Amino acid sequence: MVTKAQSRARAAQLQAAFVEAGAQVVEADILQPAEVLLDLYGEDIRGRAYVTSDPLQGECMLRPDFTVPVVREHMENGATPARYTYSGKVFRKQEHDDGRASEYWQVGYELFDGTDSAAADAEVFALFSDLLAPLGLRASTGDIGILIAAVDGLQTSDARKIALKRHLWRPRRFRALMDRFGGRKPVPETRVAMLKMVAGGIDAAIEAAGPDNGLRTADEVAARVRKLQAEAEEPALSGGELDILETILSLRETSANALENLRDIAVDMPSIQPAVQRMEARLEALAARGIDAASLDFEASYGRTTLEYYDGFVFGFHAPLRPDLPPVTSGGRYDALTKVLGQGRSIPAVGGVIRPELVELLAGGQA
Amino acid sequence: MTLKLGVPSKGRLMEKTFDWFADRGISLRRTGSDREYAGAVDGVDGIELVLLSAGEIPRELAAGRIQLGVTGSDLVREKIADWDNKLIELEPMGFGYADLIIAVPKFWIDVDTMDDLDAAAAAFRREHGFRLRIATKYHRLVREYLRECGVADYQLVDSQGATEGTVKNLTAEAIADITSTGETLRANHLKILSDGLIHKSQATLFRGRRAGWTEQMRADYAVLLEKLG
Repeated sequence: MVTKAQSRARAAQLQAAFVEAGAQVVEADILQPAEVLLDLYGEDIRGRAYVTSDPLQGECMLRPDFTVPVVREHMENGATPARYTYSGKVFRKQEHDDGRASEYWQVGYELFDGTDSAAADAEVFALFSDLLAPLGLRASTGDIGILIAAVDGLQTSDARKIALKRHLWRPRRFRALMDRFGGRKPVPETRVAMLKMVAGGIDAAIEAAGPDNGLRTADEVAARVRKLQAEAEEPALSGGELDILETILSLRETSANALENLRDIAVDMPSIQPAVQRMEARLEALAARGIDAASLDFEASYGRTTLEYYDGFVFGFHAPLRPDLPPVTSGGRYDALTKVLGQGRSIPAVGGVIRPELVELLAGGQA
Repeated sequence: MTLKLGVPSKGRLMEKTFDWFADRGISLRRTGSDREYAGAVDGVDGIELVLLSAGEIPRELAAGRIQLGVTGSDLVREKIADWDNKLIELEPMGFGYADLIIAVPKFWIDVDTMDDLDAAAAAFRREHGFRLRIATKYHRLVREYLRECGVADYQLVDSQGATEGTVKNLTAEAIADITSTGETLRANHLKILSDGLIHKSQATLFRGRRAGWTEQMRADYAVLLEKLG
């Protein structure tokens, strides 16, 4: 059993190591404006964060993570490059009684630096790896950037690419879209009937269906009908391209082998070339920091089910003998998040968090 | 301590519940004046009747203040997190049918499935700058269903009544509500999505966890189960 005092001491020790590495200590309010988090994560966050209301500020959430407030703070006041560390409780509502903590410590390290992404990725990963070395954890890595590049490289319409990228973080929905666009799943009958019906004029069909009702206008309905018409005209994704995507999604190898595989795939899908080169540069940067980069586990789909903001390198450290525990550490690159929160400005950023309670538990009282 | 059976305190749900138990040889009745919420049970020993609002029965069951209760299966799923670890569904009772569904304006000819709703929500957000609003009072059930279907870019807005009117009143673009005949939906120019059925609800007899039951309660419960067949 880990006491609160032990967790606090462990958090302080971990944060001291981040300060040692050059990070500036930042604080974040526990009460965060709900709107920002809802716009970013969608309504699902309501099921996972504690929502409360303030008579003046309106809806608030107990902070479910530090990344969002730290990024907002940096986008408003920070100069790049910057290294930050924070330490405190985060709060996650648990809907199922499976023993997961609803409040726990997070100690984090975030690096905002656009000069050399590979070096920044390696700096963050190596820092966590060194700190956690005594625990004998197993590292997993992935790269969402390769998936995004693969979707961008498909020989298909922008509408389809946008739809696929929007659901990159919802694997089941992503697969359903692949099946639909690849012609592996039939178009719903009602869709076929609708397209037949609008052949005699879209506006007339909308008017015949019912009166204007609500904020979404008939023009918006007509615009989407035209998109569906275009979609119906568009040829299915080729089986070859679907196979490539499938191969990437299921890629699970050591980093050295994964890189080799991806290079081969890039011959047929040149769009992933830059992302593969970034991966190669990162592996070199990791090796330069003394990490055995070639044998690191690489899973192309790693990080797809987390909160959706990672868009490049992702990593996690797990205790191999305790599969019941959540990852001790997780992190990754989130350039797109800074764009969303920076109102147009964006700053390449990478970071990660440690859960000191888990470190304490696994260290079993060792210093 | 005796077994407490929670039953909806008024209306058709109460009457139908009384009929259902009567068919199985157990007579439930209200005692005292019309307005007094007191009841009696005949035909089986050791059961005490508690008259409650149907909406409170899930909570009382989960808290263990009543051991048995009749309420809508939708209410249990909505109000109790992880309900199937806390309550047991003993018998669906065959009345109080209501479907929790997702409905959109009829003239949205481009939207027929949850996939369509998701695509329309993405376009709506780009156009209007905020997430498509779905009015409901079943927040948990609706959110879980939408997550399962992979719908994003929506928000739930709370509506405790007249939910079908929220679209016309411009406070929501779509609704998730219970319907039995669909009459109100039609009158408000709304249609149900073809895969928009979230839950088929009916009045159901539930039992709470048996932790803390006495020998006597267990024995009385066994007799009751026998009667209910």
